[in-house]
Amino acid sequence: MVKFTVEDRDGSQQELEAPDDMGLNLMETLKAFEYEVLATCGGMALCGTCHVKVLAGGENLPEQGDAELDMLDMIPDSESNSRLSCQLQVNDNLEGCTFQICGSLSED
Amino acid sequence: MITTDICIVGAGPVGLFAIFEAGLLKMRCHLIDVLPQVGGQLSEIYPHKPIYDIPGYPSVKAQELVDNLMAQAEPFKPTFTLGERVDEIQKQEDGTFIVKTSDATEVHCKAICIAGGLGCFEPRKPVVERLEDFEGGKGVTYMVKDPEAFRDKKVVLAGGGDSALDWTIFLANVAKEVTLVHRGDSFRGAPASADKVAKLAEEGKINLLLKSNVTKINGNGVLKEVTIVGPEKEEIAIEADNLIPLFGLSPKLGPIANWGLNIDKAAIEVDRDSYSTNIPGIFAIGDINTYTGKLKLILCGFHEAALMAHGAFKYAYPQQHLSFKYTTVNGVHGF
Ligand SMILES: Cc1cc2nc3c(=O)[nH]c(=O)nc-3n(C[C@H](O)[C@H](O)[C@H](O)COP(=O)(O)OP(=O)(O)OC[C@H]3O[C@@H](n4cnc5c(N)ncnc54)[C@H](O)[C@@H]3O)c2cc1C
Ligand code: FES
Repeated sequence: MVKFTVEDRDGSQQELEAPDDMGLNLMETLKAFEYEVLATCGGMALCGTCHVKVLAGGENLPEQGDAELDMLDMIPDSESNSRLSCQLQVNDNLEGCTFQICGSLSED
Repeated sequence: MITTDICIVGAGPVGLFAIFEAGLLKMRCHLIDVLPQVGGQLSEIYPHKPIYDIPGYPSVKAQELVDNLMAQAEPFKPTFTLGERVDEIQKQEDGTFIVKTSDATEVHCKAICIAGGLGCFEPRKPVVERLEDFEGGKGVTYMVKDPEAFRDKKVVLAGGGDSALDWTIFLANVAKEVTLVHRGDSFRGAPASADKVAKLAEEGKINLLLKSNVTKINGNGVLKEVTIVGPEKEEIAIEADNLIPLFGLSPKLGPIANWGLNIDKAAIEVDRDSYSTNIPGIFAIGDINTYTGKLKLILCGFHEAALMAHGAFKYAYPQQHLSFKYTTVNGVHGF
């Protein structure tokens, strides 16, 4: 199990304990915990609606891949700590991180 | 005014297949889409990706499926209004409808089929206060329709994708001053375009602000100034006549929410008989609808299109008897 903290759009924080042996990515895990993440493209780095910002503990996260960087360039509010949660596997690297949910919802 | 049997809102795969199903019942279709091209999510988000769950195709590229759907619909001579958003639907006393678009196009039809998918694809907007105040000819625009409108103007573009690069290069020869603002420190668009932008910046023909973001805009009625925060968090104010944020498109439910339809979590509630909505004569198929067990798959949308066409026929021609025949019995006879 991996422990990390999630900050929702209203600023509320919650520590999650997620399984690291199910091959889930962070987007799928957030959805499983019933956070509102649109994830239109189902994790293909094509929609940008699973955008999160790493508020703390990002040292061990792997670098963004090409597809992820391409998409982040298209999100107006992305910053240097932005990630696509669908591109982050849930494993030890996420231990102790804090992620802020930022992706847009179609009802906006 | 355009007259037709069915007006289809949305030209995604499901809307396109609905033309064929309606055509088999001798009903004509007019389609409207806010995007400049047909194909919905397939053409806009993933044209080059293979799809594996279309019956009869072990694998088909998204754009190829769209092209084939267009070819399949062709005998029924559908007509299109592209690049316009459907804003309003008015039911007439005789049970027909008038559909109105953002560019004042009007369609008179017997039935409406909403195949609006995730909603309208609209420009992603930066989070900048008072942005809306400067839209609509007052300085902020999200696409370059007519480059001549920027001749001798001071233009700030924002974004790091291909369209930001392409328009920066193009407008460098048209506008008086061009500034490109990009949050990253390098460009990931086509390498040739990225090189060209770097060269234009070296030659002083454009201003290039990397690791920077547009944070404020100002002006009195029309845009005058854009404030940009640079890599060291310093604020830079730039005089500007135009700001063009180019961050691609994202879907928003948009006007569909205001048409008096029963909506649950951004989707239209339908009956499974013919995918009819709470307003008789208006049907909803594909990703935009919801019912128990709904699956947002192209395949399911196709099935819904077939049942919708039969429902729409019964609504439009209540006196006529519809005898069901397989397509293989009659073949496909266009209009
Ligand atoms: C990356 C990705 C991969 C996918 N892979 C698959 C797959 O392998 N298999 C599968 O079955 N499904 C897949 N899907 C889902 C599939 O794309 C959708 O189910 C399908 O596109 C739905 O079709 P649609 O015609 O209902 O809507 P859409 O394709 O969303 O088209 C709706 C159209 O309506 C227009 N519109 C909306 N409102 C208005 C308005 N008011 N005025 C004018 N126009 C309007 C929009 O601009 C849009 O063009 C995938 C989706 C994504 C994002
Ligand atoms: S789910 Fe679409 S980019 Fe991550």
